[in-house]
Amino acid sequence: MLLSIQNLSVRFRMGKSGGRMQYAQAVGRAVEGGGAGPAAEGVSFDIPEHRTVALVGESGSGKSVTAMSILNLLPDNAERSGRILWQGKDLLTTPLAELQQLRGKDIACVFQDPMTSLNPVFTIGTQLVEPLRRHMGLTGRAALEKAESLLHEVGIPEPKRRLAAYPHELSGGQQQRVMIAMALACEPKLLIADEPTTALDVTIQRQVLELIGKLKETRQMSVLFISHDLGVVGEIADHVVVMRHGIVREQGPVADIFSSPKDAYTKALLACRPSLEGNPARLMVIDDHIAAQGEGAATAPTDVPQARPKDASAPVVLEVRSLAKSFWLRTGVFGKREFRAVRDVNFQLRRGHTLGVVGESGSGKTTMGLTLLRLHEPTAGEVIFDGRNLLTLTDRERQTMRRRIQVVFQNPYASLNPRFTIGQTLVEPMQIHAIGADLAEREQRARVLLGKVGLDDRAFGKYPHEFSGGQRQRIAIARALTLEPEVLVLDEAVSALDVSVQAQVLNLLKDLQDELGLAYVFISHDLAVVRFISDEVLVMKDGEVVEQASAAQILAAPQQEYTRRLLSAVPRGWVPAAARAPLA
Amino acid sequence: MNTAASTIHSTTAAPVLERSEGVWHAAWRRFKADRVGVVALVVVIVFLVLIALSAMGLVARGWQKEVGVPNAPPTFMGPAPAAATAVIEMPKGPNVDLSAIDPLAPRYAEWEERAKKLGSSEPPKAQTLPLGGDRLGRDVLAKAIKGTEISVFVGVMAAVVATLIGTLMGAVSGFFGGKVGDALEWLYNVFEAIPSILLIFAFAAVLGRGIGTVVIILGLTGWTGLYRQVRAEFMKHRGREYVRSAEAIGASVGSRMFRHILPNISHVVLVRMSLLVVGFIKAEVILSYLGLGVSIDQVSWGTMLSESQAELILGYWWQLVAATGFMCVFVTAFSLMADAMRDALDPKLRGLE
Repeated sequence: MLLSIQNLSVRFRMGKSGGRMQYAQAVGRAVEGGGAGPAAEGVSFDIPEHRTVALVGESGSGKSVTAMSILNLLPDNAERSGRILWQGKDLLTTPLAELQQLRGKDIACVFQDPMTSLNPVFTIGTQLVEPLRRHMGLTGRAALEKAESLLHEVGIPEPKRRLAAYPHELSGGQQQRVMIAMALACEPKLLIADEPTTALDVTIQRQVLELIGKLKETRQMSVLFISHDLGVVGEIADHVVVMRHGIVREQGPVADIFSSPKDAYTKALLACRPSLEGNPARLMVIDDHIAAQGEGAATAPTDVPQARPKDASAPVVLEVRSLAKSFWLRTGVFGKREFRAVRDVNFQLRRGHTLGVVGESGSGKTTMGLTLLRLHEPTAGEVIFDGRNLLTLTDRERQTMRRRIQVVFQNPYASLNPRFTIGQTLVEPMQIHAIGADLAEREQRARVLLGKVGLDDRAFGKYPHEFSGGQRQRIAIARALTLEPEVLVLDEAVSALDVSVQAQVLNLLKDLQDELGLAYVFISHDLAVVRFISDEVLVMKDGEVVEQASAAQILAAPQQEYTRRLLSAVPRGWVPAAARAPLA
Repeated sequence: MNTAASTIHSTTAAPVLERSEGVWHAAWRRFKADRVGVVALVVVIVFLVLIALSAMGLVARGWQKEVGVPNAPPTFMGPAPAAATAVIEMPKGPNVDLSAIDPLAPRYAEWEERAKKLGSSEPPKAQTLPLGGDRLGRDVLAKAIKGTEISVFVGVMAAVVATLIGTLMGAVSGFFGGKVGDALEWLYNVFEAIPSILLIFAFAAVLGRGIGTVVIILGLTGWTGLYRQVRAEFMKHRGREYVRSAEAIGASVGSRMFRHILPNISHVVLVRMSLLVVGFIKAEVILSYLGLGVSIDQVSWGTMLSESQAELILGYWWQLVAATGFMCVFVTAFSLMADAMRDALDPKLRGLE
């Protein structure tokens, strides 16, 4: 056994209140009535050699804290108890000097966001050579050669040239590969990968997953893989540990977890990710599952009614004709070069329908969405909204049109003003557009909308930092709805959320569409999500629409190689070996 | 949205809503936990009270009265030893009678009569004063208090002027960028290229002396650092999604700049402003020391230091000590308070609680 975690519990000191130290339990369940003794129920699991163990759970489930406590990378106010046995030695009692010998050498880490994990002022080469010098005793030329071979191993083209590159010169996927190369530098026995693919597109995610799988085989190492997405985990793990609220809900071999999950929570996690098979009208969310389990009625996801077809003759609310957007890049002193971010986009959007826009990052899909709202000024084309071209309106006319087409952004942590209460955030747009007679009526409307997006009345006086990511996204949706828009542009609106929360928000969007007859332009990099919510799909690549068809058609008969690649990148979870189709 | 409208009318009674702890409340809570910061705040408040009392004329009103003997030493040192004042020896023998040749002689007696009717009102001069006296015998303590009023007033007002200029220009330059930003950058570069003391002299030479002039000089020359910082913050924030969202709902440019972005960078402005106050107090001292500061009939820490230059040679050190002591305590307390304020207001540190 390489690593064995036994009855681990972690809690954080939260400062004194009323003379008594307050604690927040992050991992394990505290003994009733407090006390400093061992927790009543801690986290236990083993990582055997040459195996991939996955820790799965939502944000706040304690999975990252568990992983970080192995090398004691937690903040100073953490208190750990239990046992963490590394090849028979308890890491909890190991002095720091010895731990530092282990860190990076025997146990290496890869973190979520490669953009912030790499130091922007050093070249890739410098950063790769450092651990080689420190732990492997390599010098000069030998270290550089080793670094080059590592880059080659993680599949970076032209590794020699890349050694002199700075992090910003690489794409997100390449950066994550460099992070993995750094982790591998000292031939670790265990690689801890903390949500290594969450910040990446599905296609890049696929590449990184395959890379980690391959390296595990060739390097004969173990991997502790942390993710919120069971679909991803199923593709890579041998053994799965499902965590919720700091305790282990279920653990077992990956085949068992996927074919016969025992815990209601595991089942719910499995069901809440939109898949390419089947098209339910609603996604199952965690609470539905737990509730169903409580009643003893085992509702299989197959009972969920299929989506009903939409009215194909609904009036067209938005029509886009040969829309284009160029940016001018400076070259040299006076030179300018045109960068065509969006080229020749055409579509029609009917009332109550959803247009999905898919593509990798850099494909121009977000630019296209923002151009519709004139948050970017388009270079050419027409956007016909209700018979009028939005792009030629005067400022005054534009202000009234703004009411009717609204946007929800990707990052729920950045899109709400942190100094405004939720009430102020919701009332402001109504004040600008003079909706509602007075403040009291506006506040009343805001409260009704909060109810509509599933938040209670008390949210009104609170500040954004008091809400979770999913709740904030609901607030952002409510803000867009205050203006009673007809078209809503959703720019990666669920991409930053956990799969379970993503399911809730997707359901909410569907409900709102049914109730209010909204038309959506849904922008995402994940075809499974787009396919769940959309009627028609645009596939974009390098600023151009490469394929445009109904959601069902795209799935059944993709015409383009690029579309097939996007489809194959969607995580499928664990598939029995016999049924495993060769990747396209 | 018809359904929403109908629900509005059905639920008329609006429940009372509790409002959560705001960012300012949270900042105050964090500030209170910082002991050094609280002590510094108390010291600053004591000074402010003193300044208010002095401005209302309740203390140090008579700072110009010559209440002590010239260069009276501080009380704890005791009176100065009587110096031998008679340099020329007094002539011996009786006075020579000049009445025969003095045309005014007959009136001497009359004048003496009249002089007897008038009592002398020369008040007794104190031999020592609490913190000593200056060369005219004015109370150094009263001078220091009055000087505090003027120095701190100048520092704070100049900081307010500089902050207003810097914030406004930084906001415009950072938010709009492009040609407007370039123009303001040129202006900034021009101001930065000239050594600041030279710039101050140039303004002082043109504008003449007085408190208002000092405030304007320091305000006009001191905005550059704040401008750069505010500009950088605005550039960072204008692309943030919450500002984009505000644009999408139709918020005007002014509303986005000052209602959305400004409160989010207010901690930067506040802290920078408090540093400016400290800097300007010192700058005023230098200006007054060089004779370009407040006018002659007023007193500030700078004029006190300027006077003490001549006194120091004669061994009268108390005016220097009083002025520097007051200044040190206030400036140190103000800096520590600003530091604690920065820690309390910085949203990046949130989550470590």
